Amino acid sequence: MAKKKFVVGCFEDEAVLFPAVKKVRAAGYKIHDVYTPFAVHGLDHALGLRETSIHTAGFIYGITGTTTALSTISWIFTKDWPLNIGGKPHFALPAWIPIIFELTVLFAAVGMVLTFCYLCQLAPGVKKHHFHPRATDDLFVMAIECTDTTNTDDLQAFLQSNGAIELSVQVAEEGWWFGRYDNENVPFQNKEIVAA
Amino acid sequence: MASIKMQFEVPAKMKTWSLALIAVGLVALITGLVTKGFSADEHEQTQFWGTLMYNSIFWTLVCNAAMFFIGVTTMAMGGFQQSFRRVPEAISTMVPIFGAITFAVLMYVIFGHKHHIYHWLDTEAVANDPILKGKAGFLNPVFFVIWTTLTIALWSLFGWRIRKLNEQADGEPMTAEEGATFIYKNTVRAATFLVWFGLTVGSTIPWLWMMSIDPHWYSTMYSWYTFASSFVSGMSLIALWVIYLKNKGYLELTTQEHLHDIGKFMFAFSVFWTYLWFSQYMLIWYANIPEETVYFKHRVQGPYKGIFFLNLIINFLCPLIILMKRSAKRNYTLVAFMAVLILFGHWIDFYQMVMGSLSKEHVTLGWLDFGILSLFVGLMIFFVSRALASKPLIPKSHPFLKESIIHQV
Repeated sequence: MAKKKFVVGCFEDEAVLFPAVKKVRAAGYKIHDVYTPFAVHGLDHALGLRETSIHTAGFIYGITGTTTALSTISWIFTKDWPLNIGGKPHFALPAWIPIIFELTVLFAAVGMVLTFCYLCQLAPGVKKHHFHPRATDDLFVMAIECTDTTNTDDLQAFLQSNGAIELSVQVAEEGWWFGRYDNENVPFQNKEIVAA
Repeated sequence: MASIKMQFEVPAKMKTWSLALIAVGLVALITGLVTKGFSADEHEQTQFWGTLMYNSIFWTLVCNAAMFFIGVTTMAMGGFQQSFRRVPEAISTMVPIFGAITFAVLMYVIFGHKHHIYHWLDTEAVANDPILKGKAGFLNPVFFVIWTTLTIALWSLFGWRIRKLNEQADGEPMTAEEGATFIYKNTVRAATFLVWFGLTVGSTIPWLWMMSIDPHWYSTMYSWYTFASSFVSGMSLIALWVIYLKNKGYLELTTQEHLHDIGKFMFAFSVFWTYLWFSQYMLIWYANIPEETVYFKHRVQGPYKGIFFLNLIINFLCPLIILMKRSAKRNYTLVAFMAVLILFGHWIDFYQMVMGSLSKEHVTLGWLDFGILSLFVGLMIFFVSRALASKPLIPKSHPFLKESIIHQV
């Protein structure tokens, strides 16, 4: 896990944020992420993020649930332990459909929640760097990744001219780690720390 | 909005086609009337009037579902439908017309004393039948006539009031206060319509018009089932008209985003329909009581087997598999194809609901059914296109129009 240098600009309004995102991307800077207090409609398009595949995952989990339920119940009731229930045929499909449906929903729901947590790097004990605490309250925080050639002063001036109200340069872990928020405790202590 | 086409003009080709469909339908109607309607054979008569019944009821309910769509989206303070709201409005102008046809057919059945269609019309049979006697408070000609008249009249009236109010959105831009009053009035009128809709389509009318063909049988799911059927067909009809207008270069403000939402309605209510279909089927299958299974006997094991399962394939499997993907719901061609398929599927569904009970021994699907269908489709195209042309296509002063323009899924 490498530490990287970020220029962080904070915006107070969506209406200011959107043109700023467009201009920053047009200027060729790489936006690491934009942290917002709530889901902003259309921001993913503005950031040029690709369409999520979580629904495809959900579909696959769903049909896994369907096949699990169908094969299990049909094996139990026709091969393993056939019971005469009210004179119904052993392969009593209509009676199973509610259960097949429930298992489809259960597999899809649980699978998608876990996938979502994995994609968002959310798990017990997992920590990530916070660029600005007010990103969870009322600020839109844009973090731009710096390269070797990035002039941070120019970039900050550029962001300010596009409506950023608060600016900073931060050197931070870009991924996640287990442990506490003081990075000294990172179990896989990193050697190649880039100087600020 | 200078560059936006506000006025729909009915293309000559569309008019010709609709008139041709009506002509074909009229030929079928008259031939049917002569050979079957006035025939001495009770089976032929029953087939003719049954065919007229399910077609007129189906199309009335489908067109009324367009007004239901406007009603629910109004109550939900929805904005996305404003850019194409004239389409469901135009479709709902068919309610008085198709309603009048349905009324005429049902009144003929009642006053012509067609007890082969409504067994409960036979007073002698009712007097000797404890079950029918118990239902006589609901299933009697007086209540039937009053309730049918009220239903069709009030659907037409409440729908007309909503359409009338929305002509205000074609006028000058509203101030904030005027806009708030306008929206409030809209919710009041939509709520009135929806309450009446719930009392009729949501409960009594399908029982009265169609379930009472099997007067001994009953299912509490029946009305919801009919409603789901008509609503998903109504959404398909709206989708077809929206896509047609888009093809002709109208409705510039309606985009893939709106189509996506219409497609979601088609997908979701196909699944909802199946949910009700299955709930009705499974309870009866599980309990296995003869007085209940009588409805499914000739449908699942008799001559209607093919249509019964075809129905399930068209109305459940096809929408489920084809419309599930996001890209499918945003594809004009695919949504148009699915809309036609769903409309056909639910028409077949109504066919087996009515004719499956009237002609238990053999399936009667033939030239008469398709002829009458062509009559209704022709009338629908003719009058809806006229209604579309009579008003500006976009309610330019509607307070929620901007929401619709920037709508994004």
